Amino acid sequence: MKEVELNTTTINFGPQHPAAHGVLRLVVELEGEVVQRTEPHIGLLHRGTEKLIEYKTYLQAVPYFDRLDYVSPMCQEHAFALATENLLGINVPERAKYIRVIFAEITRILNHLLNIPAYAADIGAVTPFLWCFEEREKLLEFHEAVSGARFHAAYFRPGGVHQDMPEGMEEKLFEHFKTLPKFIDDLESLLTNNRILRQRSVDIGIISKSEAIEWGCSGPVLRSAGVAWDLRRSQPYDAYDQVDFEVPVGKKGDCFDRYLVRIEEMRQSISIINQCLNKIKPGPISIEDNKITPPKRNQMKKSMEALIHHFKLFTEGYRVPAGQVYSAVEAPKGEFGVYLVSDGSSKPYRCKIRAPGFAHLQTLDHLSKGHLMADIAAILGSLDIVFGEIDR
Amino acid sequence: MIKFLTKIDGINNVLENNNLLEIEFEKNNIIKIFNELRDNTELNFNQLLDITAVDYPSREFRFDLIYILQSLTKNKKIILKTFIKENENIESITNIHKSADWYERECYDLFGIEFINHPDLRRIMTDYNFDGYPLRKDFPLTGHTEVRYDDLEKKVIYEPVKLTQEFRNFDSESPWEGMENKLFGDDKSTGEN
Repeated sequence: MKEVELNTTTINFGPQHPAAHGVLRLVVELEGEVVQRTEPHIGLLHRGTEKLIEYKTYLQAVPYFDRLDYVSPMCQEHAFALATENLLGINVPERAKYIRVIFAEITRILNHLLNIPAYAADIGAVTPFLWCFEEREKLLEFHEAVSGARFHAAYFRPGGVHQDMPEGMEEKLFEHFKTLPKFIDDLESLLTNNRILRQRSVDIGIISKSEAIEWGCSGPVLRSAGVAWDLRRSQPYDAYDQVDFEVPVGKKGDCFDRYLVRIEEMRQSISIINQCLNKIKPGPISIEDNKITPPKRNQMKKSMEALIHHFKLFTEGYRVPAGQVYSAVEAPKGEFGVYLVSDGSSKPYRCKIRAPGFAHLQTLDHLSKGHLMADIAAILGSLDIVFGEIDR
Repeated sequence: MIKFLTKIDGINNVLENNNLLEIEFEKNNIIKIFNELRDNTELNFNQLLDITAVDYPSREFRFDLIYILQSLTKNKKIILKTFIKENENIESITNIHKSADWYERECYDLFGIEFINHPDLRRIMTDYNFDGYPLRKDFPLTGHTEVRYDDLEKKVIYEPVKLTQEFRNFDSESPWEGMENKLFGDDKSTGEN
């Protein structure tokens, strides 16, 4: 029998590492500098969101969704709002649908404006990070204007949105999104043809069409592999069937394709927002059933019934008919789904959150095999990993 | 599509509910069913989105095990459900859908459901050396242990949870709606008299 000497080194990457995008512990087996195996250890940010939601009313559960993927808060509230509305069997008013689409797309731009420069920073470019954060700040002001919070908005609620956009907001948005395409062009001029970025990302972390589907990938990762799959297009929710947009796809499924897909998605988002701003009309922003959405503050000062409704809604909450539902939205990172089981009471019996990042991180071992240690940072960055949603 | 689904052995109940198919199946046929769902060109459920469970402690078959599949070609989602008892296990589907690996680990970690022939069934979400299954209904929300850094021992130590105020779970359900037992002398409520 021949003895084979294994000449591998095992190293620990994280749990505190700037390129790990959070608290990821990776056990990497290396032969020289070539990665043989990577084993992600996750759960360091596990907060038991799903368990907590079982003890909260439907309305109290909304803020937990902001805290999952904290880079794209509103898209996740969206999935929960849709799931609850589905169980309640209600249909939100037209204006609320448009507001939701506008803010879901702003969130998408926000997410990509963080992911792209963070990815670039991982592989050596610092300037985009500073540029994008300025742009993000401007967009976060819109978040703040409608919800009062820059990140933890709790704005999309079952039944509609919390409050109407302030006066003049539409014009402000319109003006702002006139300037943003120029910014994306500038950003691209820094990155797309940059020699270092190309060397570090072309042909790194390739995932094929069939593998991407098998591994449960969605969003930009799936599209970069050449699968034209976008839930906004194939299973449209809210006002997405009213707008026209293109679904960018990649050819190779490497890190560079994922980067390009995200850049193009931002452009499409701007176009979606502009279309929505043209189509949006004044009207109610949430269903006018006080059994589900609270009455207006000034009504409460005059009407006893409104006061009772308000009290009941914020103590007991509303009861949701028994049943199960799975609702998914195209979050910036991929398919974000909520599987909700109700037993007829005012608290969810079970709320399972399907996070896109969980499926993507699982492919890391497969993607990084045979690459260099330094490429792991590039692959992680291009997968758009955020631990809030993976660990839940 | 429903026609094709009902033909598969072991599938009991097919329900269509706003663009979402809900199915109950027998756990012994799981491998056959998932192979058929993926390979049948009329169905082509090629992407496994999630595996999860729901705990009903009072039932004999304690857990609902839920599989969510998606067909990218037919643009359809399907929820598959099976029932298993507390100490029962179920065949792993990692050979059919690669993504099942972590999903099954998560389900094992949080509910304690074992998957046979899983390549690497370890805990994934909870701490190293964690005890118990957090998403079961009989696991307390606050957990059993808490950690802190001890300055004297110079390490992180585990202690039983101590709360300065007990966790309060208010029962705010209105007693007026859906009241079942009849009040004494309240024969008018039935509307017969």
